[in-house]
Amino acid sequence: MNKIISKENLSEKVTKLVIDAPEIAQTRKPGHFVIVRVENNGERIPLTIADSDTHNGTITLIIQEVGVTSAKLIALNQGDSVLDIVGPLGKATNIHKIGTVLCAGGGVGIAPLFPIVKGYKEAGNRVITVLAARNKDLLILENEIRHYSDEVIIMTDDGSYGQKGLVTVGLELVMQREPVAEAIVIGPAIMMKFAALTTKKYNVPTQASLNTIMVDGTGMCGACRVTVGGETKFVCVDGPEFDANLVDFDQMLQRLSAYKDDETVHFHEYQTCKTHK
Amino acid sequence: MKDLEYYKIERAQQWREELRKNLKAKDRTSLDRCQMVEQDPMQRNTNFSEVNLGISEEIAYNESRRCLDCADPTCIDGCPVNINIPKFIKKIELKDFLGAAAILKETNTLPAVCGRVCPQEKQCENSCFYTVKLAKPPVAIGFLERFAADYERNSGKISIPEVSKSNRLKVASVGSGPAGLAWAADMARIGYDVTVFEALHEIGGVLKYGIPEFRLPNEIIDFEIENLKKMGVKFRPNFIVGKTKHFDDLRNEGFKAFFVGSGAGLPNFMNIPGENSINILSSNEYLTRINLMGAIRNVNSDTPAPNGKVVAVIGGGNTAMDSVRTAKRLGAERAIIVYRRSREEMPARIEEVHHAIEEGIEFLNLHNPIEYIADEKGFVKKMILQKMELGEPDSSGRRKPVPIQGVTETIDVDVVVVAVGVSPNPLVPSVLENLEVTKWGTIVVNENMQSSIEDVFAGGDIVRGGATVILAMGDGRKAAEGMNKYIQEKFAEKK
Repeated sequence: MNKIISKENLSEKVTKLVIDAPEIAQTRKPGHFVIVRVENNGERIPLTIADSDTHNGTITLIIQEVGVTSAKLIALNQGDSVLDIVGPLGKATNIHKIGTVLCAGGGVGIAPLFPIVKGYKEAGNRVITVLAARNKDLLILENEIRHYSDEVIIMTDDGSYGQKGLVTVGLELVMQREPVAEAIVIGPAIMMKFAALTTKKYNVPTQASLNTIMVDGTGMCGACRVTVGGETKFVCVDGPEFDANLVDFDQMLQRLSAYKDDETVHFHEYQTCKTHK
Repeated sequence: MKDLEYYKIERAQQWREELRKNLKAKDRTSLDRCQMVEQDPMQRNTNFSEVNLGISEEIAYNESRRCLDCADPTCIDGCPVNINIPKFIKKIELKDFLGAAAILKETNTLPAVCGRVCPQEKQCENSCFYTVKLAKPPVAIGFLERFAADYERNSGKISIPEVSKSNRLKVASVGSGPAGLAWAADMARIGYDVTVFEALHEIGGVLKYGIPEFRLPNEIIDFEIENLKKMGVKFRPNFIVGKTKHFDDLRNEGFKAFFVGSGAGLPNFMNIPGENSINILSSNEYLTRINLMGAIRNVNSDTPAPNGKVVAVIGGGNTAMDSVRTAKRLGAERAIIVYRRSREEMPARIEEVHHAIEEGIEFLNLHNPIEYIADEKGFVKKMILQKMELGEPDSSGRRKPVPIQGVTETIDVDVVVVAVGVSPNPLVPSVLENLEVTKWGTIVVNENMQSSIEDVFAGGDIVRGGATVILAMGDGRKAAEGMNKYIQEKFAEKK
């Protein structure tokens, strides 16, 4: 059982939970994730650790409501407990001092990007971050990211904040203007796919952090498999970060929809139940 | 090791001699082997209740009378944990059923589990006097083991193995599967302060996520785990040694040695075109979703799992049988085993194959998938099967399946479960520098199950690469003995 220490709504559908997990807080590094099970009969879902506090023994999870499990998780309040949290899982980001690093986050992908931005900055790099969201209200963690970036470019689909346009516009802007040593992109699969195509034009080595369906998170089930450079890889143990130009994003997008119909029905039932209560 | 002297002394006890005199050997061998009481095939293939219902006291007693109480009990040689088989069977003949259970528990932590899932036909029963010398059906040792264990559990009079005075030395297991549980019981008995770490949220490893409830109900595993708790064993679910905390952190907390029983967690795929299509899953994933997470069969479960009219399971082992029989129970109209060799070469237990046939499972032997075809949304729709024939024997002694050039068959499928074996879980080896592993990724151990790192012992599938519950338990027990010796010597040195 892991107690929720604090809860904050970052946008309409995105919530930040600070949760008691002293052992994980101690060992986690940027890039790591946890598997969470909210309650009995609950599903196991992977969530990237957005931050931790070793002094207070907490980890920070940022959750977007997309289905039953995420809805149940963010319905919990300060003082409630999450039944199971296991981790840290996956390989940590290979953070090193290399020069100028371009980080790009889209939507709730900004949450897992945050510890990486922080890590690169603390390692002594020049960090330029491009944040993309559909509109101003959906942009999260802007101040935190600004604190650890030398420059932040904000892109919104509707132009309600920053510049109007997709993440790729922001990336091009930087790469046209100055040499970039490496890039990392985190966000929806479709955003990562186009971001990778963009950085490829400038020959910038790019990592993408993948968020696939998982069950155990330790290499046991293979639900998370993706094709990288023609080979099948498990995101949970071989990743979650891979060379963005080698990932078969189209296949990944399809695989993410494996249970979409089931989930839509289940979510509808859950919401109906909730309103009737 | 079998201690012949010990068995001889035991056998010479008066009660045993009297029982032997009660009925002549000739009369014993003229009795017929009992039959397991089973749920009706067409009823059971729609539910998850146990297939084997167990045998009654009367049947067990009659079966126990078949055992000749041999002077050289060769059956014990066939048992990886060396259960004193004649003694427990003779206790049943005495109608001291609780006594029989106590004998089982002297050497076997999980008798109710082993009585259900051990391949007895390849072990104890295969070396029974009846099999070896009389060419008659062996004494039903497995059924009797299950009977005694179930009798004790249902009696409410549970004997908890005696635990020696605590020596306050901390030891840990990485993994709570059969190897870890057997190791934990032995270490607790000696008096160690035992902690079992488990990555999943439930204790039991493959017994929980892998073996379906129609073969091994969860309540039986939980009962055995409760007994271990009563012996003082501590369990830590949601904890990955090497991730949540490193071995060095645990060493600093006072852990003197580790037993790695982390299993062969990594599922193998065949790497054929289309294999990453949706609704093609490993047997590990399929069984975990349904067994551990309760997908489909528990209406309150939030976990989904693919369900379809035609489910094909690739492979011929026990896991393949478990998967295909699960699919049938979830309502598949066609649940099909696809295996590249013939029926005779299938590695699954004979009983499981037999049960599967009764339940209406189809078998496509001498077929091997070479490609999957998906629809525009990525869901698998068809599989192309290469027809095979048997050629010369290969290194396993079985006739090698060879493709019949140009002869293929395409069948419609909704779900495909790939059950073609597992590889060792690389998680522990990857965090331990200087740990010697084989090219297959299994941990190298000496005769005491000790690895190249002196305080790390290992056993079960992480050493064997893929074996059975009972072999894993045998390893766990051997490792406990080796570890105790290691700690005692090391401790003595310091004094």
